[in-house]
Amino acid sequence: MTDSVLGLLGFGLTFLAVMVVVGAAFVYRKNLPPLRVIPSFGRLHQAIGRVVEDGSRLHVSLGRGMLITPQSASAFAGLTLLRRLANLTVMSDRPPVTVSGDPALTLLAQDTLWNVAREANLPYDPTAARLGGMTPFSYAAGSIPSILHENVSAVVLIGNFGPEAALLADAAERSQAFCIAGSDNLTAQSILYAAAQEPLIGEELYASGAYIEPTTLHAVSLMAQDVLRWLLIVAMIGGSVLTLIGVL
Amino acid sequence: MKVKGLFPTLIAIVSGLIVLIGYLVRLPFLVEMSQTLLSWAVLLTAFAVLLGIFNLLIVHTRRLARKAKGSGYSLILILSMLATLAVGMIIPLFPAASRVLDIIFQTVILPVEASLMALLAVTLTYAGFRLWRHRMNFFTIVFLVTALLVLLGMVALPVLGNVPLISDTVRPILAQVFAAAGARGILIGVALGALLTGLRVLFGVDRPYWE
Repeated sequence: MTDSVLGLLGFGLTFLAVMVVVGAAFVYRKNLPPLRVIPSFGRLHQAIGRVVEDGSRLHVSLGRGMLITPQSASAFAGLTLLRRLANLTVMSDRPPVTVSGDPALTLLAQDTLWNVAREANLPYDPTAARLGGMTPFSYAAGSIPSILHENVSAVVLIGNFGPEAALLADAAERSQAFCIAGSDNLTAQSILYAAAQEPLIGEELYASGAYIEPTTLHAVSLMAQDVLRWLLIVAMIGGSVLTLIGVL
Repeated sequence: MKVKGLFPTLIAIVSGLIVLIGYLVRLPFLVEMSQTLLSWAVLLTAFAVLLGIFNLLIVHTRRLARKAKGSGYSLILILSMLATLAVGMIIPLFPAASRVLDIIFQTVILPVEASLMALLAVTLTYAGFRLWRHRMNFFTIVFLVTALLVLLGMVALPVLGNVPLISDTVRPILAQVFAAAGARGILIGVALGALLTGLRVLFGVDRPYWE
């Protein structure tokens, strides 16, 4: 297939996604669409409640997804979740601390925490959003002290991680903190399945914001995601059958 | 949305749309515009690195001032960061100084990262045991048995050499059929998730920038 055909296919898929979101948003304009149950997010809610009650701290690791690479989507999903978690924990004794592995992502995280504090008329701690390190393991080395020594009781690892995520999940386990973790990287997902208390598989990380503070558009975009997945499954099975019978 | 926030959101949406359409539909003027926007983004990212280093410096200076636990490491970090920065700054005047950066990379960064990678093997073994203890269900058993079979299929045992049946039949089937199928399924989910997240950001539903 040539580049232009692939480009048009991509354009078609994107256009279809927009149309499904618009259609679903129209259908569900008055009420929220149902979200399928993901138990990990229920347990995250409980952990957030504990953070607020016992005055401990929430740690959010946003990974190393650079904003000018395809991994930026997971970074944006992490920022959305950070904004919603920061809103929920803003009244607790200690503000959440966030560590990222990309400087631009650090700036956006700072902006998020600063604005949440400003809207709540609370002082902002400029060291609450930090750059951990710019290589995989320096990032892990920069994040682990925060998990171990800052009275953290809930750890959220969300974004682009590699195998180094296991070290972060292990630090969370050692400080007896709740740990929910999701990455867009396949290796990290399999590692986190073993290492994290609540692993997020596949696209669940992109849905995290909608499960913490649901909005209609976020929820309908998840519906669109499911519709597109089924369409792709049908296309793949159809393609296999057509190849098998010699049509393609 | 407040009127104040309309302008940045509009700029973000238009820029995003130009880059996206330029990527999908290869019209020369769109490609040129999207390349220009991307090079601006690269330039801004480079400035963000400087701010990131400044952030790192502030965080560790405060740790040092507070005499927080492990603040000795913060001192080492600050000193080595400043030393590396100084060496990097004098390279235009003394090109031979780039050799010092090579030495720093080869003798400090590389071995430390390799040690952490080795530590990862221990961490993962421990995580496997922990999984067995804390989350014992059908999927955990499948996960651990598969990991064990793949490991057995990859190592050569001292006397036996390759483990018969497992090395030549079971491991290839697990890796090339089940694991590949599962991985593709997960990747399709991740790709769709990324697409929809991108669209949410593009149309201002999720705004990583504040209005």
